[in-house]
Amino acid sequence: MRIFANGSPYDVDAGATVTDFIRSRALDPRFVVVERNGEPLERERYDDVHLGEGDRLELVRAVAGG
Amino acid sequence: MRAAIEASGTQMVTVALRRIDLEATGGPDILEFIDRERVQLLPNTSGAVDAEEAVRLARLARAAGLPDWVKLEVTPDPRYLLPDSVETLRAAEQLVADGFTVLPYIGADPVLAKRLEEVGCATVMPLGSWIGSNRGIRTRDGLQIIIESATVPVVVDAGLGAPSHAAEAMELGADAVLVNTAIAIAGDPVEMAAAFRLGVEAGRRARRARPAPERGSAEASSPLTGFLERLHSSQADPAVTSP
Repeated sequence: MRIFANGSPYDVDAGATVTDFIRSRALDPRFVVVERNGEPLERERYDDVHLGEGDRLELVRAVAGG
Repeated sequence: MRAAIEASGTQMVTVALRRIDLEATGGPDILEFIDRERVQLLPNTSGAVDAEEAVRLARLARAAGLPDWVKLEVTPDPRYLLPDSVETLRAAEQLVADGFTVLPYIGADPVLAKRLEEVGCATVMPLGSWIGSNRGIRTRDGLQIIIESATVPVVVDAGLGAPSHAAEAMELGADAVLVNTAIAIAGDPVEMAAAFRLGVEAGRRARRARPAPERGSAEASSPLTGFLERLHSSQADPAVTSP
């Protein structure tokens, strides 16, 4: 199954959750902010939301800055 | 960074949100260095060029469990990063309606500050000078009017490059300052953070002490009249003359 994350295509297993994808990129879900298909995704739902074909994710994080 | 936050005595730390480079992950996250029990995290909307982008960033941050306090900044011009007043006001109205606590970064415009206060912003945060410029307070007159008329706390944000600038802002009557660049890129950020803390404290205490007014001419700080006469009479006084 193919999704798009931060503009690039990624192949993920069918049934993969948002948490699975975050971990597959060597990221800690506690520190990742996710927008899915243009809508903010609550952190509590990362484990439960299964990715669908063609989903578009934006993965964002906090960085230093005033 | 942890040591600099501690040394500064700050109660609030801003963070920006940026797209992750998914091909170059790894390393610690900034949030691991901020003790959220001790300092309030303040996500900002830096990078937003209009109201829609600012609102989108704030909502993203909130969904991800970051606080619903937001430093609203809308800066379409990359050269001076000056805040867009119209878009800032639009975004502020929307974010207040969405239940955010909104702290807007603005030019030192007293009329805009009033408008933002009226739509429910928690503070106004006028600039001293351009973001990251370290030029100090170049907006003194505007800041004075804002401070005089505001009923919300006034935070001087941007451009403060030295502890003396922070002290000046506090002497003017600001409630707080927001400082990043001057500390972050100092040779010794921890020492500079401590210096800013002292600058803020000095300015705040000076304000509380009610500074003496400026004068257009000299005013002697010790009495001058009768100086020679008193000197003569004291020398002639047997009580103070050596035997």
